[in-house]
Amino acid sequence: MKVSIKRDSSFQEFEVPRHPSQTVLDVVTYIQRELDPTLAYRFACRVGMCGSCAMTVNGAPRWTCRTHVDKVARNDRIEISPLKNLPVIRDLVTDMSGFFDKWARARGQFEGRLSRNEDFSRVRPESPDRLQVDAAIECIGCAVCYSACEVVSWNPRYLGPAALNRAWTLVQDERDAGKIERLRAVAGDAGCHSCHTHMSCTERCPKALSPTASIAGLKREVAKALLKGEV
Amino acid sequence: MRSDTLLWLAQRSSAAVLALCVSVHLVTIVYAVRGGLSAAEILGRTRGSAAWLAFYVLFVIASSVHAPIGLRAVLSEWLRWRGASRDLFLLAFAALLLFAGMRAVLAVFG
Repeated sequence: MKVSIKRDSSFQEFEVPRHPSQTVLDVVTYIQRELDPTLAYRFACRVGMCGSCAMTVNGAPRWTCRTHVDKVARNDRIEISPLKNLPVIRDLVTDMSGFFDKWARARGQFEGRLSRNEDFSRVRPESPDRLQVDAAIECIGCAVCYSACEVVSWNPRYLGPAALNRAWTLVQDERDAGKIERLRAVAGDAGCHSCHTHMSCTERCPKALSPTASIAGLKREVAKALLKGEV
Repeated sequence: MRSDTLLWLAQRSSAAVLALCVSVHLVTIVYAVRGGLSAAEILGRTRGSAAWLAFYVLFVIASSVHAPIGLRAVLSEWLRWRGASRDLFLLAFAALLLFAGMRAVLAVFG
């Protein structure tokens, strides 16, 4: 199989043997260990838990550890490049700091209202708000959605699907005390109102989440807060 | 932040109005011209109709609100044109749509 890997501004070709159940991460690891030890890439768990091995495979962002070569190879060829919309450190390794800074800018931190002396909150699992949180909470921050989002490429200030999805899980969390400040943080040109509902994030999310639905929820909540004069 | 939210609300609500107006407009055209109609016959039916005048005034207003807000995103994202000069241009564009639309409505229904 021929594998093209983006290094700096050009692609380098490698010949890699095919194996049954081979993943794209297996391919990259083979190249680094057997063909060119200078190739830089990032991975940790190899089983779809950590989200660190995401790369662009044949034009689409994917977890390489959960992507079988059989599914993506075209004419026995694969093209691998770093995630889009993130600065490249070297070869297939991107700088994720801007991505996570946006989580902080979207006020992605839980703000409790109870002290340690009070009994813990009881959230009914079947409550509508909790069901909305459950639908969005499993994000592991792999940046596949961020890389797939056209709005991020057009507006670098845009917070992106993952940060907004995180904000939505907190807006719907009845224990959280920072709702209004969070709604202020996610509204506007860099926030939920820039989303065009292209749904690239939802199509590409390896956890089958729908950041698009979360962002739509934020738009509704911001509008309601505005009409109530809260933001 | 407030202005972006208000613009979003304006675009959503004008879209809801346009969905209705465009449907009624297209269905009416298809229905009215089945057997062929001359310009004089069309004007004969539209002139003096207060209901159709109100409908098309609403249509023009909704278009004048909706289109500039959509164009705002296009100018920002594709041409990276932001700030007061873009918004002034869009206000002028909205005024042009309103003027041209109302001129046509008054010509047909006035």
